[in-house]
Amino acid sequence: MIRYFLRRLLYAFPILIGVNLITFFLFFVVNTPDNMARIHLGVKHVTPEAIEQWKAEHGYDKPLFFNPQQTGVQTVTDTLFVDRSVKLFAFQFGKADDGRDIARDIKTRMWPSLAIALPVFVIGLLANITAALLMVFYRGTRLEYAGVAGLIALMSISGLFYIIAGQYFIAKLWQWLPISGFDGGIDAIKFILLPAIVSVAAGIGSGARWYRTIFIEEIGKDYVRTARAKGLSELRVLFRHVLKNGMIPILTGAVVVLPLLFTGSLVTESFFGIPGLGSYTIDAIRSQDFAIVQAMVFLGSVLYIVGLLLTDLSYTLVDPRVRLT
Amino acid sequence: MNFQPLFLWTDILVWLLVLACLTFGWTVARTPALRSSWHAVLARPMGMASLVVLAVFVFIGLADSLHYRARLDNGQLDVEVRSLLDKALGSLNERSERTYSAPLATHAQARETIEKPDGRQVRETPRLQHGGAHLADPEKDWLADVAVRTATGLMWGALVSLSLFMLLALLMRAVWRCDLKTAFARLWLPSPAAIAWRSLLMTGALILLATGVITSLAGGYHVLGTDKVGQDVLYQTLKSVRTGLVIGTLTTLVTLPLAIGLGLLAGYFRGWVDDVIQYVYTTLNSIPWVLLVAAAVLIVQVFIEQNESSFSSVAERADVRLLALCVIIGLTGWTGLARLLRAETLKLRELDYVTAARAFGVSGPRILTRHILPNVQHLILISIVMDFSGLVLAEAILSYVGVGVDPVMNSWGNMINAARLELAREPVVWWPLVAAFSFMFALVLAANLFADVVQDAFDPRVSKAAGDKP
Amino acid sequence: MSLLNVDNLSVRIGGVTPVDGVSFSIDAGESFVLLGESGSGKSMTALAITRLLPSGGHITAGDILFDGQQLQFLPESGMRRLRGSGMAMIFQEPQTSLNPVMTIGEQIAEALPPGSSRAAQRAEVIRLLDEVGIPNPQTRLHSYPFELSGGQKQRAMIAQALAGQPKLLIADEPTTALDVTLQAQILELIRRLARERAMSLLMITHDLGVARHMADKVGIMYAGQLVETLPVGKGRGIEQAFHPYTLKLMDAVPNLNRAGARLAAIPGRVPPLDQPFHGCRFADRCEHAFSPCAGTPPAWTALGQGHAVRCHLTAVSDARSKPEKAVAATVIPPGQETVLKVRDLEVTFIQRTGQLFGKQRIRAVDGISFDLAGSETLALVGESGCGKTTAVKAILGLTPVTHGEVILDGQRVSGLSERQFKPHRKLAQIVFQDPYSSLNPRMRVGDILMEGMSALDVDAPSSREAAIASLLEKVGLPQDTAFKYPHEFSGGQRQRIAIARALAVKPRVLICDEPTSALDVSVQAQILNLLVDLQREEGLAMVFITHNLAAVGYLAHRVAVMKEGKIVETGATRDILTRPQHPYTQGLLAAVI
Repeated sequence: MIRYFLRRLLYAFPILIGVNLITFFLFFVVNTPDNMARIHLGVKHVTPEAIEQWKAEHGYDKPLFFNPQQTGVQTVTDTLFVDRSVKLFAFQFGKADDGRDIARDIKTRMWPSLAIALPVFVIGLLANITAALLMVFYRGTRLEYAGVAGLIALMSISGLFYIIAGQYFIAKLWQWLPISGFDGGIDAIKFILLPAIVSVAAGIGSGARWYRTIFIEEIGKDYVRTARAKGLSELRVLFRHVLKNGMIPILTGAVVVLPLLFTGSLVTESFFGIPGLGSYTIDAIRSQDFAIVQAMVFLGSVLYIVGLLLTDLSYTLVDPRVRLT
Repeated sequence: MNFQPLFLWTDILVWLLVLACLTFGWTVARTPALRSSWHAVLARPMGMASLVVLAVFVFIGLADSLHYRARLDNGQLDVEVRSLLDKALGSLNERSERTYSAPLATHAQARETIEKPDGRQVRETPRLQHGGAHLADPEKDWLADVAVRTATGLMWGALVSLSLFMLLALLMRAVWRCDLKTAFARLWLPSPAAIAWRSLLMTGALILLATGVITSLAGGYHVLGTDKVGQDVLYQTLKSVRTGLVIGTLTTLVTLPLAIGLGLLAGYFRGWVDDVIQYVYTTLNSIPWVLLVAAAVLIVQVFIEQNESSFSSVAERADVRLLALCVIIGLTGWTGLARLLRAETLKLRELDYVTAARAFGVSGPRILTRHILPNVQHLILISIVMDFSGLVLAEAILSYVGVGVDPVMNSWGNMINAARLELAREPVVWWPLVAAFSFMFALVLAANLFADVVQDAFDPRVSKAAGDKP
Repeated sequence: MSLLNVDNLSVRIGGVTPVDGVSFSIDAGESFVLLGESGSGKSMTALAITRLLPSGGHITAGDILFDGQQLQFLPESGMRRLRGSGMAMIFQEPQTSLNPVMTIGEQIAEALPPGSSRAAQRAEVIRLLDEVGIPNPQTRLHSYPFELSGGQKQRAMIAQALAGQPKLLIADEPTTALDVTLQAQILELIRRLARERAMSLLMITHDLGVARHMADKVGIMYAGQLVETLPVGKGRGIEQAFHPYTLKLMDAVPNLNRAGARLAAIPGRVPPLDQPFHGCRFADRCEHAFSPCAGTPPAWTALGQGHAVRCHLTAVSDARSKPEKAVAATVIPPGQETVLKVRDLEVTFIQRTGQLFGKQRIRAVDGISFDLAGSETLALVGESGCGKTTAVKAILGLTPVTHGEVILDGQRVSGLSERQFKPHRKLAQIVFQDPYSSLNPRMRVGDILMEGMSALDVDAPSSREAAIASLLEKVGLPQDTAFKYPHEFSGGQRQRIAIARALAVKPRVLICDEPTSALDVSVQAQILNLLVDLQREEGLAMVFITHNLAAVGYLAHRVAVMKEGKIVETGATRDILTRPQHPYTQGLLAAVI
């Protein structure tokens, strides 16, 4: 088991280096540090010295991938790429364009993100499974047919519509909940409720439909026939046999996104004015702050890899057939 | 010639895609197994109905993919790039108001200070320049006029529907070699395994009726109102169809070669080839998708800004950005299908017919093209139709984030983006949002329903009982 | 009074009528075997009795009287009470019929009558596991199905079926998925349990041997109908049967007693069941068919105590010509020159283990050697997992050879690269077991046959069309076959196509990997006869892989018995079948029933 995790961790490094290469390529090859300096300094102050100084200040004063002034290994290691990558691996994200410390921002902003994303995740999962089970229980009837049609209709509506409609009707017209904003402590609940309702509604179409397919596939298997031949009731067959098997792909599929809950949802957070990592990222994209975007990409990748590890781990917990070797 | 055709990049690709679809259709017609699967799609009323709706959208999109620049009276080319659709919708585009007006309104939405002929200044909602301009007394005549126009529209719609039904019956009479009465009966009466003609006729009639009403009303009003700068919302929505379709289809064009090539290679050759490909897709997958697209789009944006001068018109610039968006989404979105194809290839390569081919010394590439690829075709097709709706929806999200299509381009994403502020106005401006959403919903719903039917017809897990074993 | 009485039962599912007017009865303590080929409706009959038909299937007519209750009108809740305690069922695939994520203890406990304490349940489960012969029941209780072997899984299934103290045990091909040696054990277990508990047994099988072994009464099903029922045992065997189908079926089975005799094949195939029938369903395959057979469905005729048949021949005493004597197959003597020589062949696979970068070697084939002369057939016999398929794949260069050599027609071919091997590929070709996965569903039969010829450059391109036509004729398929797709053919026809594909490149050695085990008995005989004819005409050397010792008697010159990657015994067929030396061979022979 431990050996297994060691191997997976070793495998994670090349992936993260790959991620860095991609982001680095995207950010710096087209938009060179010189360009960035020019944009940030403004037209008036562009002098070669000023550019050099800006680059030195912001840590862009080394060649990108290859340093001809150095010798040996250092031609490759003493470069902006290695510099930045090493810092990222140590979770030193540096400063944003407005001078704020990115690492600290992330630390403070991940909790509001989690406060929204975790309830959405849990409620969504439960809602999807319940809806799917209901349809499976009533399979072959008109009720199921209507249910599937309803789910397809729900998943055909843009996620933005749920947010806009929810804000307009629930918050603005009926004034049941605040339209946006966030507060710490117990007050958070009233701010969390609306985004949670909206996100669950937006996700149930595709989610429940997918789970239904999983359950239906399980129901066609031989062991279900065996269970019925034993004289078990339909509910017992559904809950003891089908659910137990169907939960394996559902749970392990859900686990991979667990760590990513910290990074929040871009659109939801920005619509509801939640000071989380999602809105942080979206602001960074809009203001073209590459340092923040790069930090978030790296963080997202690390969390995804953690998610993959957790997926493997969760298999051993829910599926007796899987032993990690 | 008083115009010059202009081929935008996406136009060329769209028409190439049409060509590819026609070729595919030809192959389908010649392959019995494929033909029977498609027959099963068309035999389901739902499949037929959604296909008709999709066809209408595609028709609008294609009409909007033939661009030209008109030659002005002074012999120079107009800077504005227009399409066949603009030509067809002609008056809609030209009859702009000054600002917001509600659907079918005769007056602007907001009060303005207006100087009366007698010099008094009053605050009232001014009459629209075009919407309902033909009415002498809007208060009194509006309802009757709208009703008459609706009725005329319905009548025309019904008339056209009926004559199309006639035409189809005459055509099928020749195909089926039967008398006209039988042809009508076969078209109208449902039978289990036959093509769902009635569904085709009903959906077609509904669309024609709606088109009739809208056309008839659009002659005198802004059916879906006008937006902030007074542009007709119906026009914008129709123009947005192409954007949605282009993103939904061209992206696939980029995805397919990557997904098929890498997926099959990884699954068939295994070993280090598989390791490398798996590494690449795990790496790509680990980057949050929106961020990856955002980063790439930002770069393209910087690139476009740096080369501003090389675009001769705004439309060309917006088009390049649209194409770039498709390429970016395609380059980042191939992993799912590749993974699926890899898994399927791993299974197929162990099947006896592949072993038999290997025992004949048939080469790897030949086995891939003759034995593996034809047997994963259905997965590719299902994934294309399933992804389409997701891509149309993704455009809205990306445009909201600010990394979607060019802000000057008509797109549902841009319309929804603007609607955020419009909903906060008092009184509320709801129609651009509702217009964008209903069209988008219609397209995505049709695509999803179609995908559902296609999956039923092509997925071997479903069709096994009916087809393979005797 | 009979425990189960089925009267005129019909089932319909999606446009097909798999069961059409079936009637039979089972007395308390009696064991009734429903015998039939695949698609004859025997499983559907069993599922209809338990009312567990797959979705879309329903009983359209008939009465099912079980223990005094009319089952077809019973509400689902009443039916549920009956399942398990009244009638229990065992299925064919122990692999998939147990819930993979529940321990077998839990699954058996579920089937116990409700109301007992946990401790009592546990004790009962242990007792049941012990009764079905699972060692260490106290610990096995906590095992998941994947931790048990195939035989143990089927024993657990039986324990589960017994848990509700059923009066009737329905066993649907309970041994088909198991190895031969296990089959006999499981059948013996079921027989013993039925006797001890005075339980009635409804057994579904396609295997005449199983029917002989288990039945008090046999019902033979053909194309959705019961065509004959007759009592078995007490000196009376199925040999007493009257119906031409039953008799043909018996002659079609390869049998140790008739080794060397040509198998009686039934021409044609079972008719599809989505059509109405007017006459006897067997008429167009029956060599005794006469005028009423095509137009009038035959009625039941009683022939003796418990023996009834549905055949027009009963009316005319002399219509049937004398039962033909088994034709002795003319076994041709093997040639002199050796075409295939295998020496110390060894194949190992590398498998990842728990260690970091750790790997483990698995020896699938462990040093086997044999020679094969032209026109000779060597049967390679062994149970699943003994390495016989891996061995032939290595011979064909489809799996790398770890050690040893393969010499084809004087040329050493082991260890060659793909490019170097290619010129020798036409020497040896293969026919696979599963006729469904061995043909590419997206290629026309003509292209399938063409593939080998063009890849290996056999015949001039201009003469290949003609070559395909003559191949199709040789394997007994119509000429328009070349333009059709595989799904239009039945299993037996597909196997003919697969044989034609192998022969297209004119090989000297034909390797047949269980070519008939996926086919129905009547079709099996057609294919085996075809292979023997082809050998005579073409002078083919054949390696015939099988798990069934009975099948080799009639076509193999020599037999090699494989176990765990090694050949444990080899010799002339007659010697092996009559005087096996190795205990494993003896065990295999004893298991043939």
